[in-house]
Amino acid sequence: MAQAAIELIGINKSFGAVRANRDINLEIARGTIHGIVGENGAGKSTLMSILYGFYQADSGEIRVGGQPASIKSPNDAIALGIGMVHQHFMLVDNFTVLENVILGAESDALLKKSIAKARSELERLEREYGLEVDPDAIIEELPVGLQQRVEILKALYRGAEILILDEPTGVLTPAEADHLFRILRQLKEQGKTIVLITHKLREIMAITDTVSVMRQGTMVATRETTKTTVGELAELMVGRRVLLRVEKGEAEAVGVKLAVRNLTVKDSRGVTMVDNVSFDVRAGEIVGIAGVAGNGQSEMLEAISGIRRAVSGSVMLDGKPIDLTGAADPGELRDRGLAHVPEDRHHVGLVLAFEENENSILGYHDDPRYVKGPFLDIDAIRDDARDKISKYDIRPADCRLKTANFSGGNQQKIVLAREMEQDPGVLIVGQPTRGVDVGAIEFIHKRLIAMRDQGKAVLVVSVELDEIRSLSDRILVMFAGRIVGERGPEATEGELGLLMAGVEHREAAE
Amino acid sequence: MDLFNAIIQVLDSTIRLSVPLLLACLAGLYSERAGIFDIGLEGKMLVGAFAGAASASVFHSAYIGLGMAILISVAFALIHGFASITHRGNQIVSGVAINFIAAGSTIMLGQAWFQQGGRTPALASDERFGAIIWPGADAVRSVPILGPIYSELISGHSVLVYVAFLAVPFTWWVLFRTRFGLRMRAVGENPAAVDTAGISVAWLRYRALICTGVLTGIAGAYLSMVQNGGFVKDMTAGKGYIALAALIFAKWKPVNAMFACLLFGFLDALSIRLQGTPLPLIGKVPVQLMQALPYILTVILLAGFIGKAIPPRAGGVPYVKER
Repeated sequence: MAQAAIELIGINKSFGAVRANRDINLEIARGTIHGIVGENGAGKSTLMSILYGFYQADSGEIRVGGQPASIKSPNDAIALGIGMVHQHFMLVDNFTVLENVILGAESDALLKKSIAKARSELERLEREYGLEVDPDAIIEELPVGLQQRVEILKALYRGAEILILDEPTGVLTPAEADHLFRILRQLKEQGKTIVLITHKLREIMAITDTVSVMRQGTMVATRETTKTTVGELAELMVGRRVLLRVEKGEAEAVGVKLAVRNLTVKDSRGVTMVDNVSFDVRAGEIVGIAGVAGNGQSEMLEAISGIRRAVSGSVMLDGKPIDLTGAADPGELRDRGLAHVPEDRHHVGLVLAFEENENSILGYHDDPRYVKGPFLDIDAIRDDARDKISKYDIRPADCRLKTANFSGGNQQKIVLAREMEQDPGVLIVGQPTRGVDVGAIEFIHKRLIAMRDQGKAVLVVSVELDEIRSLSDRILVMFAGRIVGERGPEATEGELGLLMAGVEHREAAE
Repeated sequence: MDLFNAIIQVLDSTIRLSVPLLLACLAGLYSERAGIFDIGLEGKMLVGAFAGAASASVFHSAYIGLGMAILISVAFALIHGFASITHRGNQIVSGVAINFIAAGSTIMLGQAWFQQGGRTPALASDERFGAIIWPGADAVRSVPILGPIYSELISGHSVLVYVAFLAVPFTWWVLFRTRFGLRMRAVGENPAAVDTAGISVAWLRYRALICTGVLTGIAGAYLSMVQNGGFVKDMTAGKGYIALAALIFAKWKPVNAMFACLLFGFLDALSIRLQGTPLPLIGKVPVQLMQALPYILTVILLAGFIGKAIPPRAGGVPYVKER
């Protein structure tokens, strides 16, 4: 084993009563790519923030290159050759690439000299690592993948030998992620050490040499990547065997519950996003909409749930038509038994500043169960919220807690509990497990299947192909605003992938 | 020739009237570019005006007056910083509080020290900043067109007028050509980027506020020691707020700020000049309408004639390290 670039010995860190890191020991070998996996809230980011000097550990020792190091601020970390690419980029959006790169590392009090020096240094780095980016481009005009490249350049410009990347692929398209991995491999070849924090196991398998697993603030295992499997890592992450495919029986679909007819939707720029789409969802089945993000799925969901006005089209709920071109009203649809779990729970599904119990009745606050005359029946609301908390295993089990303080997975459960417990005939779910950790994914999938088995019509839209394949009884593939194919759950990933890429669609058109 | 003289006079008073606006506007520019809203420009000018006039009359020196004006104004800027940077308080509330403290304390201290109903004693000429006559100003006065422009518009102002106008290119240079300027602009846009780059957000913002304090101090000194021969209560009369409007007009850019302030100064000068003068076609316009003109124009211009003014993105938000 090569010499250790970083050693963490007995690191402890608490935030109030929460012990974010307990007795963490970790050794990262020089010149390797070391992955750190764990569920949301397992303490990965805290640990890396301690290494980067954002927080100080309560106890423990950090050694860099074998020497004990005291890292009290990002400045100290930078001086020790540690660079960090944050999950949310630390860039000034209206500055140029060069200005962002030199910020805080200016070589001179006047900008002219600093910029001239940085320009030649940047050219060298770009050549050496294949990190091309126009130094005079304004950050906000660059695509996300290039912005991330600027973050990497920033770290290299400061002489980073050890590069920490926090969930680097969360915002990238698959092609951009592949490019990032090529860059990381190149950096490794040049002798840099890379620490990759992620909860995507596939990435870990694809690129790392060694992987460490964190669970609830502790480091539970370190493995050589070639000697482990996705199944083992997933199990280590949640502490028990995970059903990557939820078991379910055959669908017993009966009459059509939701019928979408001739739906056409344009976005705010006037571009047609959904183009004359019609399909049915029957009671007792889950229909999954697969597709690469941006092919009209979001707009279609918004139109069906009444949030966005359609150019043409209607839905039939239990055989009664509702026109979607008028001022369609989510409340009316809800009253007629259509529940909607929106894709973006932070902006549409929840008011983060509200208490959990307030969010658990959002949109149903006129329901007679929750009101007493003109007033809200606070006791009834809270009892109801406590019910849902225990039924959906929402943690922490405190209905008075601000919603922002719940993790992503638990926030999603709050929305799901609210919509499912209204006993709707039709449930529409956008990205059911986006940003949700492995344990909660299984729970959510089971719930959705239970809804199906109760004879509800369930429509699921997801960009995760695995999810669509494991949940759906029928799969509809969307491409460029149209439904280009229907397949059964036995369809292979490759087959669906071709449909999603529009390959067959184009051939059929010719 | 009468018309020409009238124009020269209006332009001359445009310059005089726009100076306090310009200084306050640049002051606001430093603080807002660093991400601190400063509605307390008004109050800082007021304490500066009072401190300047009071110490000039006590120590019989215009320069001691100016020094005290700057000192007290910076102290008030630091109070704003203490509340809004160190303790992450609401910047608007802190700024409003500073305006109230300034309005009340200047009258109270003025009355306690000088017993002239809140005024400071009238300043003698050596306790004020006099006009600087440029070489040859008198000689060329009789030259048509260029003569009056040189001798009236360019020459014959107090040193603070030249300071104010030189502060414009200087501010531009600091903002766009120095390391301090780059960091200051960055901290107003995304303080987290500055923090992760290993620079102290708080210290950077404090330094920007010190610049603000210096400039509002000079603005105050100009009001009480150049425009007026002493301090009168509430003599800033809303100039701090007009300066903020000018700052938005100017889209937080120094050279634009100068033109915005000259425009407001011009409207002010025009309204004084046209008081009681019948206008062709319209007839006699009420004084109040003329006085309201700058404010009406502000509303109209802000409502759509200047395009979208995008403020520094982190403006008004205290920086809290993410958990």
